[in-house]
Amino acid sequence: METSFAITGKGYVIVAADTTASRSIIKMKTDEDKVKTLSPHLLMAYSGEPGDTVHFAEYVERNIRLYQIRNLYPLRPSAAAAWIRRALATSLRSRSPYSVNLLVGGYDTASHDPHLYWIDFLGTMTEVPFAAHGYGAYFALSLLDRYHDPEASLEDGLIALKRCIRQVEERLVVTPGKYKVKVVSKDGIQEIDL
Amino acid sequence: MSIMDQNGGSVIAMVGKDCVAIASDLRLGNEALAVSSNFQKIFPITDRIYLGLPGLATDVTTLKERFRFRVNMYTIKEEREIEPETFAHLVSSTLYEHRFGPYYVEPVMAGISKTPSGGFKPFIAATDLIGCLNYAKDFVVAGTASSKLYGVAEGLWEPDLEPEDLFETISQTIMNALDRDAYSGWGCIVHVLTKDKVITRTLKARMD
Repeated sequence: METSFAITGKGYVIVAADTTASRSIIKMKTDEDKVKTLSPHLLMAYSGEPGDTVHFAEYVERNIRLYQIRNLYPLRPSAAAAWIRRALATSLRSRSPYSVNLLVGGYDTASHDPHLYWIDFLGTMTEVPFAAHGYGAYFALSLLDRYHDPEASLEDGLIALKRCIRQVEERLVVTPGKYKVKVVSKDGIQEIDL
Repeated sequence: MSIMDQNGGSVIAMVGKDCVAIASDLRLGNEALAVSSNFQKIFPITDRIYLGLPGLATDVTTLKERFRFRVNMYTIKEEREIEPETFAHLVSSTLYEHRFGPYYVEPVMAGISKTPSGGFKPFIAATDLIGCLNYAKDFVVAGTASSKLYGVAEGLWEPDLEPEDLFETISQTIMNALDRDAYSGWGCIVHVLTKDKVITRTLKARMD
């Protein structure tokens, strides 16, 4: 069961997604990276219909890159998220809509603060301090209501993330297994091995 | 489960003496799972018009952007601000353009309009999802808690309330109605519009 989490903290956003690629009840792959780097300060975790996900994520990645090449500066997180939302909202009323759920996390290098956007396949978007998609959301959101701290250090943020992962492992019938964890801060993007 | 109840949320607008008020909750959910407690559904259109858009959240955002564009175009072409009555028809026709594949929102608008003699008149209106206008002299409601809002508003509203009394009335109405609706709540925001200023307050509400 696909699950992704994201947590903001003091000057960073942690974005994590499980690494399983499955078809029906079969695990096809256990090292799939479902967190894309869109620009030096922007991350996007994607989940949903297999096929749609990768196709849409690459479409977004290339358009964000194109903007950067044309204008010589990257889109800020809020602008990038608004563009991605619009792409999904337009797609929703097309003949074959993308069914992709996203968590877009970025560090705004102009205002020096982290931003996190929860976006679903309908094109619903909201800025949140922490977010999750998939069955894991039912455990993680209530847990983060208790343990999330917007001023937490990266170490404390990772502890909160580990709590979420542990809770999902303990209570969800089908646990996803491994997670890919990436952090975006003023220094750019780094991958973290939990 | 209707598509109108996917994300939850409610809006109410009320008329007072030379003032109007509009209030909404702040919840955004995914069916019963609450995702955000700071999802704005009321948007300022001009200094004297506020628009509330309860319904499917993706369409709330799309329509907010679309109305901003259309009102900007109107302002540039006409070289004046749009009046509430005109804006109500803009909302109505924008929604009716999508008669056979509608946006799933029920707009509620509140504004202060100018009379030909130079005076000011409170204005409220609501439409259904395909743009059927409903003007009211007292109050209009929409969203997942609309049935409860009708009940409480019917009991609390009275004519010619001053801005502060209107604020109290609309606040009590929305908070008590939302407590009986699982799909709305998680904080409230209230805007009271008078001819020369707008008072915006967020209410400390139940967060469960």
